[in-house]
Amino acid sequence: MKLSKKDVLGMRDLSREEINLILDTAESFLEVSTRTIKKVPTLRGKTIINFFIEASTRTRTSFEIAGKRLSADTVNITATSSSMVKGETLTDTAKTLEAMNPDIIVIRHSAVGAPHMIARLIKQSIINAGDGAHEHPTQALLDMLTIRNEKGKIAGLKVAIVGDIAHSRVARSNIFGLTLMGAQVTVCGPAMMMPRYIEKMGVSVTYNMEEAIKDADIIMMLRIQLERQNENLFPSDREYAQYYCLTHRNIQRAKADVLVMHPGPINRGVEIAPDIADGVQSFILKQVTNGVAVRMALLYLLAGGE
Amino acid sequence: MKLILRGGRVIDPSQNIDAELDILVENGKIASLDNNISIREDDTNTITTLDCTNVIIVPGLIDMHTHLREPGHEYKETVPSGGNAAIAGGFTSIACMPNTNPVNDNRSVTEFILKQARYADTAHIYPVAAISKGSDGTILTEFGDLKNAGAVAFSDDGKPVTNSLLMRSALEYGYSLDMPIISHCEEISLSASGSMNEGFVSTLLGLKGIPAIAENIMVERDIALADYTNTSVHIAHVSTAGSVRAIREAKRRGIRVTAETAPHYFTLTEDAVREFSTNTKVYPPLRSANDLEAIKEGLKDGTIDVIASDHAPHSSIEKDVEFEYAASGIIGLETSLSLSLKLVDDGIISLNQLIEKMSTSPARILRIRKGTLAVGADADITVIDTHKKWTVNVNDFRSKSRNCPFHGWNLKGKSVITIVGGKIKHKEK
Repeated sequence: MKLSKKDVLGMRDLSREEINLILDTAESFLEVSTRTIKKVPTLRGKTIINFFIEASTRTRTSFEIAGKRLSADTVNITATSSSMVKGETLTDTAKTLEAMNPDIIVIRHSAVGAPHMIARLIKQSIINAGDGAHEHPTQALLDMLTIRNEKGKIAGLKVAIVGDIAHSRVARSNIFGLTLMGAQVTVCGPAMMMPRYIEKMGVSVTYNMEEAIKDADIIMMLRIQLERQNENLFPSDREYAQYYCLTHRNIQRAKADVLVMHPGPINRGVEIAPDIADGVQSFILKQVTNGVAVRMALLYLLAGGE
Repeated sequence: MKLILRGGRVIDPSQNIDAELDILVENGKIASLDNNISIREDDTNTITTLDCTNVIIVPGLIDMHTHLREPGHEYKETVPSGGNAAIAGGFTSIACMPNTNPVNDNRSVTEFILKQARYADTAHIYPVAAISKGSDGTILTEFGDLKNAGAVAFSDDGKPVTNSLLMRSALEYGYSLDMPIISHCEEISLSASGSMNEGFVSTLLGLKGIPAIAENIMVERDIALADYTNTSVHIAHVSTAGSVRAIREAKRRGIRVTAETAPHYFTLTEDAVREFSTNTKVYPPLRSANDLEAIKEGLKDGTIDVIASDHAPHSSIEKDVEFEYAASGIIGLETSLSLSLKLVDDGIISLNQLIEKMSTSPARILRIRKGTLAVGADADITVIDTHKKWTVNVNDFRSKSRNCPFHGWNLKGKSVITIVGGKIKHKEK
C-alpha cells in the first residue's frame, strides 16, 4: 500500500480515504514501539532528512525515532547547523539536499508555504512538519489517531479547540481533518485570536469557554505563545487563564468521558490547570506515543511498499 | 522625418475625437489631423506611411506609477530597460517613483535620472521626487528645487506619510507650487508584517493579513486633509472597496481628490495567493472578489481616474524565497494595456474611458503637456490592435525583471506601434 501522492503538505490536501489509510497503517505500527527490540527492516537503505529550520524538540525527535524504528538512516539538520546561517537561501539548501539523494525530506519552517515551495522544486517526497501558522498535518493525524483509538470513531464527535486559533497550525490542520471526517468542531478564544471568516471553514465560533466545551467529547487546548503578548493579543497570562484555562470547574460541562488533548509544550496554569493536565482525562502523553506511529506510517507510505 | 498614419480609428478624449482620420507628423509634432491628408509630390520619398487600417490610434499612453530602480538597484531595472519595457507596452511617458537608493529626495538624483533618460532615449521619463528626506517621513524635501530640476510630483511611495502634520504641509506646499502629491495610503500599525489581504484565504493559509482598513483609514485621512486645506491629493494604487467609496463620496463633495488603480487589482483576487507564488505578493495586496468588483465600478463611474501599472521590478533574489520573506511587487509595463483592454471587452468601460485613464487623465494630474493628439502637440502616439491575440511570456519582456503573475496568460489586444516625439520607438513584427 502506498500513498498516491509525492508529498504530505497539509490536511487540506488529504482525502478521507487517504486519512483512513494513514491511520490504519499507524495503528499497525503502534505495536512496534512496544517491542523489546523496537525495529523493523521496512525502510532499510532509505535516507530521511529531518530539516528543521524552526526549533522543535518533540516533533523532530518523534520523526527521528519513527525513521530509526523503520531502519531508515535519519539525518537531522537544524537552523543553526545548516548553511542558512551563512546566508544560503532555502531553495539552494533544498537543492543541495536533493543532490545527496535522500528519499524523504521532513521540513519544519517558521514561514508559511516553505514546504510547498521546496516540494515544487525537488523530486523527493516532502513531509510538512509544521509551516508557520499554516499546517501541521502529522499533529492532526496523531490527534485523530488518538481520538479514533479512544472513541472508536471521529464522525459525530463534538470537538472544542480552545486558544490562539489565529496563530495555530495545529488548529488549522485539525479543523481541515476533523471536519472532513465528520466531527463537529467548535473553536474558542478571545476575539483577537480568532481569524476572520473562520466559520467558513465549517466550524462554530464562540468566545465563551463554557459554551465551547459544553457536552464536548474532545477538548483540544492550544499552547498560548507567551511571546505574542507584545502583539497586543491579550493583556496578561493572568487574565487569559481567568477566561480560557481548562480547570476542574469548567471541565464539568463537558461529557464525563471527555478526552483532554494538547499538542504541547503546555503552559501549566495558563491554558490548562496542572491537575487536568495530569488527570485521568488527559491523553497528552498518549498523543506523543501515537505521534511516533503516525510518522512511521507516513514514512512507510511515502518511501516503502516497493 | 515625416510620418503619416493612415486609415486608423483615432480616439483622443482630449479633443473628443473618435473618428477615422489620418495623422501627419512633422518635426516631432502633430502637423495635421484630418480626413485623407494629401501629400505633396516632393514629399512622397521622404515620408514614412504607416497603414493603420483596423487598428486604433491614441495619444501616447502614460504610466504615472512605475519603479525604475535606478540609481541603486540596477540589477532589477534601469532607466533604459524600464524605458524599453514602457515603449514595448505602448507607453510614451512614464513617471518613476523616488524609492531608489539613494532616494530621489534632492536635485542631483532627479537630474541623474533625467540624464539617464536622455541617454536611453526611449519613453519620456518623469521623475517623482520624495515628499520627505530619505522618505523617512520627518522633514520635507526641497519641493521648489526639485520642481526646477524636473520632478513632476511628490510621493513617499512605498511608505506612507504617517505624520499627519507633515502630510498637511506637503499638500499645502505642493499646492502652492502647482505640484501634485501622490499618497501611498497605509496605516502601518495595522499592516505591519502582513503578507497578503486579511480575509478567508489568509485564514486558510495562516498568513498574517493586511486588512483593507489599513488602506481605507489613510485614504480617509488624506481626503480630510485635502478638504481642510483646500488642496488636492492623488491616491496611489487603490485596492479596496472602502477606498473607492471614500473617494467617490469625496468627489461628490467637491474635494479635489484623484485616484489610480493597477491592473492586478481588477484582474486578480487574494485567491491567486493560494499556491504561494511570490509573484502574487504585492503591496497593497490582492484583495477580495468584492473589492475587485468595487474597483471595476470605480473605474466605470469615474471615481478612479487613472490606470497605472505600479511596475515594481524585483529579481529572483527577492522573489525565489519563502512567501513571507519575498519582496512585494508586480511588473506591469508590458501587460498593463492588454489587461486593461479586457475591461473594454467585458463592457465595463469604453475605449474612450480607457484612453482617458491611460493618457489624458495622467497627463492632467501630472500637469504635463502630453496625452493629446492636438495639432502642434508632441507626436507621442500609440497604435493599438485591439484584436491581436498573444500569450504573455516573461522571457520576452524588455524589463530586466520577471516578477509577473500573468506568465502564460492568453490576452487580447496589444500596442503595435509606439511613437515618441515623432520617432517610431517600437513596432511589433
